[in-house]
Amino acid sequence: MDTLTVDHVAKNYESQPLLIDLSLEVHSGELVCLLGRSGSGKSTLLRIIAGIEPADSGRVLWNGEDLTSVPTHRRGFGLMFQDFALFPHLDVRQNVAFGLALQRLPESEIASRVDSALESVNMRGFARRRVTDLSGGEQQRVALARSLAPRPRLLMLDEPLGALDRALRGQLQEELREQLHRTGIPAIYVTHDQDEALALADRIALLHSGRIEQSGAPGEVYARPASQWVAEFLGMSNLLPGEVIGTAPLTVRTGYGIFKPETAPEPRAGERGRLLLKPYGADLIPAAQDADTLSGKVISSTFQIDHYLVKLELAPGLVFDFTMREQAKEGETIHLKLSPESQIWFKEAQ
Amino acid sequence: MKSKWLLILLTGIMFAALAAACAQKPAGPTTLTVITHDSFSASPDVITAFETANNAKLVFLKSGDAGTALNRVILSKNNPEGDVFYGVDNTFLSRAISEGIYEPYLSPEAANIDSQFMLAPNNDAMPVDYGDVCINYDKAYFAQHNLAVPTSLEDLTRPEYGPQNGSKDGLLVMENPATSSPGLAFLMATIAHFGQDNYLAYWKQLKQNGLVVVADWETAYYTNFSGSSGKGPQPMVVSYASSPAAEVVYASTPLTESPTASITAPGTCFRQIEFVGILKGTKNLALAQKFVDYMLSVKFQEDMPLQMFVYPVNRNAALPDAFVKYAQVAQDPATLDPALIAQNRDKWIADWTSTVLQ
Amino acid sequence: MTRRPSRWLNNLLWVVPLIFLGTLFFYPLVTILRLAFSETFARVEPIQASTILHPLWFTIWQAVLSAALTLLAGLPAAYVFAKFNFPGKQLLKVLTTLPFILPTVVAAAGINALLGPRGWLNMGLEQLLNVTSPPVQITNTLAAILIAHVFYNIPIVIRVVGSAWAQLDPKMEQAARVLGASRTQVTTRVTLPLLRPSIIAAALLVFLFDFTSFGVILILGGPQFQTLEVAIYTQALSFFNLPVAGLLSLVQIMCTLVVTWVYSRLARGMNIPLLPCLKGEGMRAPRLPVEKVIVALMIVFLILLQVFPLAALVSSSVTRFEANRGERGPIQTGFTLDYYRALFTNISNSIFYVSPARAALNSLIYAIVTVLISVTFGLMAAYALTRARHGRWLMDLAIMLPLGTSAVTLGLGFIVAFNGPPLDILTFPLLIPFAHSLVALPFVVRTVQPALASIPASYRQAASVLGATPWQVWTRVEAPIISRAALVGAIFSFTISLGEFGATSFLARSDMITLPIAIYRYLSQPGALNFGQAMAMSTVLLLVCGSAIFALEKIQGTSA
Repeated sequence: MDTLTVDHVAKNYESQPLLIDLSLEVHSGELVCLLGRSGSGKSTLLRIIAGIEPADSGRVLWNGEDLTSVPTHRRGFGLMFQDFALFPHLDVRQNVAFGLALQRLPESEIASRVDSALESVNMRGFARRRVTDLSGGEQQRVALARSLAPRPRLLMLDEPLGALDRALRGQLQEELREQLHRTGIPAIYVTHDQDEALALADRIALLHSGRIEQSGAPGEVYARPASQWVAEFLGMSNLLPGEVIGTAPLTVRTGYGIFKPETAPEPRAGERGRLLLKPYGADLIPAAQDADTLSGKVISSTFQIDHYLVKLELAPGLVFDFTMREQAKEGETIHLKLSPESQIWFKEAQ
Repeated sequence: MKSKWLLILLTGIMFAALAAACAQKPAGPTTLTVITHDSFSASPDVITAFETANNAKLVFLKSGDAGTALNRVILSKNNPEGDVFYGVDNTFLSRAISEGIYEPYLSPEAANIDSQFMLAPNNDAMPVDYGDVCINYDKAYFAQHNLAVPTSLEDLTRPEYGPQNGSKDGLLVMENPATSSPGLAFLMATIAHFGQDNYLAYWKQLKQNGLVVVADWETAYYTNFSGSSGKGPQPMVVSYASSPAAEVVYASTPLTESPTASITAPGTCFRQIEFVGILKGTKNLALAQKFVDYMLSVKFQEDMPLQMFVYPVNRNAALPDAFVKYAQVAQDPATLDPALIAQNRDKWIADWTSTVLQ
Repeated sequence: MTRRPSRWLNNLLWVVPLIFLGTLFFYPLVTILRLAFSETFARVEPIQASTILHPLWFTIWQAVLSAALTLLAGLPAAYVFAKFNFPGKQLLKVLTTLPFILPTVVAAAGINALLGPRGWLNMGLEQLLNVTSPPVQITNTLAAILIAHVFYNIPIVIRVVGSAWAQLDPKMEQAARVLGASRTQVTTRVTLPLLRPSIIAAALLVFLFDFTSFGVILILGGPQFQTLEVAIYTQALSFFNLPVAGLLSLVQIMCTLVVTWVYSRLARGMNIPLLPCLKGEGMRAPRLPVEKVIVALMIVFLILLQVFPLAALVSSSVTRFEANRGERGPIQTGFTLDYYRALFTNISNSIFYVSPARAALNSLIYAIVTVLISVTFGLMAAYALTRARHGRWLMDLAIMLPLGTSAVTLGLGFIVAFNGPPLDILTFPLLIPFAHSLVALPFVVRTVQPALASIPASYRQAASVLGATPWQVWTRVEAPIISRAALVGAIFSFTISLGEFGATSFLARSDMITLPIAIYRYLSQPGALNFGQAMAMSTVLLLVCGSAIFALEKIQGTSA
């Protein structure tokens, strides 16, 4: 069982703090998706782990061994760059063989591993092509093959599938996941696309303001976003400003009614914040009740495989999305009953 | 944006330069073009005096050393670039004459010139000035080392002028005759002194005695010679008899005595005589003749010494004080018949090269 | 489909520089060679093979050795300038470029002041070892030639390779590191192969400079060393033996031909499209101990080799040479500004006197016009060369040949060809910057063309799709991307013109005297004041050139 540990790493970029006290662990056979907005320091974290850039403070450990003084090329990690960084002076084969040749493997072994690496990304016929003649997707696959061929101890991928078409992307995601699980290579996968993260990840780590804001299995993170930022980042936009008016049980007053969400950590009466209303878990009721009810006008109701997506206008300009089993008529005013589990209270950041 | 302004500025400067260049088209006075070497110089008032007196404009085309200038004239002889050519010396004279570049002209001023200088048989060219190529020495070095100054070419082969203190180089530095006119002149002094049959044996001895050869006068004088500002390692250099005077005139602090002196003993120096001639095909023959006359006249001749550190050929020209005091005239300098030089020049240089340099 | 510049436009781009080269290079060259081998100069003497083979052999091997040493010293220097920030970097970069402008006699004076028998090194060693004769004797040796060639040409490697290195995407090296390459392996397997186009371009330029070297061989090497160029000079100007000079020139041209052909073979298919990175990306202070050592070593090396000789010149220009050095005791020296004061007075009352300001202005005018000419034609040629599908080798050859052709032969060619109809332009003032441009053009082309070729085709296509005409693609996309390479070309054109002596002395009218000519004029007469003024004028030349380079770099830095 291998473990990568990022231990209280901090890094300033042009004297602005970029990473602040960041800690993270990745284990064998685990694919961790690092999610975050562009510019949040995801790529920088990968470069620190790879040893390309030094951290200002903190350590990177491999199975408990401090890597600070281990140079990049001795770490045995793989990194696939966002813009691939294929060597333009080498052809496809030579690019994939690059890391293998450095390990002084016998020619025959290099050849067979290059072939299988190219095979695994469906690029077998491209071995002698110049990398500058490849399309974006082809370059991406060569870069992936190049990263995988030397069998790194840890694989890092910096938005690797960004430029691929949907079908190929899905296929590669599946292959990548399968390959990583088969080899047991721990991997960090950087992306800003939460759907991709959900599809791939064993675990999601959300990077925000220089810290890991939340880390956990995709379902867990979705079920319990740890902060308003996480909720918003994951695309949950049904947020109502409100104020705590009672703590046992937790009671929140918003401009659209009183709500009783699941307990939040240490709520205090009078504190302000946002109430997240998850889009599922809403039931149609005939008339408004005194708590946990939302009323609004149906703007649209579209059928999506096994449910309806309803856009509900609470007030002019304020539209929430809900999924419902029954169809609602457009233009009609309806009332929804929300279960306590579908409500999460986030207090305002201090 | 800044680069755009820069471009406009640069273009502006270019056009200004063009305009300035084009604006110089001659109008009024006749232009007389004098082709010469880089060392030519004269006082502005001397030039202006000629220009006003003859309603002329003098243009000087300088091109390298005497050899280069002569080449230029020969190559363009079918369509001469200029009217007058000054700067051929007695080592090049026959060559220049045989190329037929000159329009013969006997200046009335020739009456004031010693016949020893009149070397062009058909008056193809008139002598203007002369200078003696002599060995210069660093007075301080000889005084400090209690060393006697050599008084003959033979002396130079003696061990005290050879390599000292384990150095491989001796005390004399000279210029390569193939690329430098003082070097060639010094070679000719030895040919005149030892004769065509024996001079190479002498050079063998000089070589064994640590003779240093460099490419040009500037290097010999300013890099190798210890008596100049270059503070080089050799206390003796092949230069001109007038160089000590120049050291006084162009001293960095006023001097009463030159730090260097020339060895002027009989046969050790070679006399270079420079000539001026009218180029065949000139369209300004009368004016060209006037300019030749002018160069030989007392006014121009008296201006020359301090401009070019040469001696006037006109016997009526007075020498400036610095010359009288510090410049030395060689006693009985060596000379060779220009025809003989023209005939053997290349062979002498080639033989010298294989003896001394290889 | 994207719009491509039409064929006639491409041809036009090529035709204009070709007309320039045809008129100013091929026409005079053919004229003089025809004359040399004509009846007029026919000689009966048979030519010995050794007359040609001896200088040919020496020329080739000293050029190979010099170029190799220059690359060896220049590549680490280029690396240091391209990758690291350190205090005084800008200044050091300008100072290391300055030797390129020095006329040979002045450079020799500087090198001698440092390494000569009475130079700083020997004086110091004599004191230290308590000996009386100079321990280090390099004057008139091959070592002097090699040192001088490195001194002169290292700026070419630093600038040409350095500008490419600075544009190299740092991710290439990082990717190799992650794949397990050590620093050395990154250098040999990724960096150097990626830099190959600019390295061989620099090598070609350095080789041709060393190959046609004249002043360095003559003055620092001494008379026992003969290159083809020196042999041509002696044959043509001392022996008036034009047929032999012509033959030697032809041999020289054949060699250039072969070298350029080899270059074209090496350069073929090497236009590696790179995503140009922003200026300064990946540039940082040295961090690792090994980096600090390399940077420190290179700084010390460059200061010793490049800056000390300059410092020696400057110090000579302010050192009084004591009057009473004559009979008494050791030489006394002191500080003085007399030489600078003297520059402003016409001491010898000569009609050819020129004030330092005027000489500097003349030099600047020629240099600026040279930059305009060579950059304009160079950009056209580079553009045409990048687009050409056939005959690139011939184009390369036409551009490089002036650099590998004897200056003496070409100078004589000018006289014969331009002295009368149809081109009576020998005294035309523009002829000088045009002549300078012949040497400057290869620099512009060799620096710009790799940069131009490395622009990915998609950039042009993207611009065309967005509605840009070929001209707009050029001004808005390509020109800004290659501006740094063009600046390098411009700086070389500028310095080549500013320091050029031979052609200028040959062609300049006496009323347009440049700084190098003024320097030579002072040096050609004896006297401490003359020497001091020559050094002072050299210092002026260094200052003018240094500040101009500084300004050019600043302008580029702010507009980029």
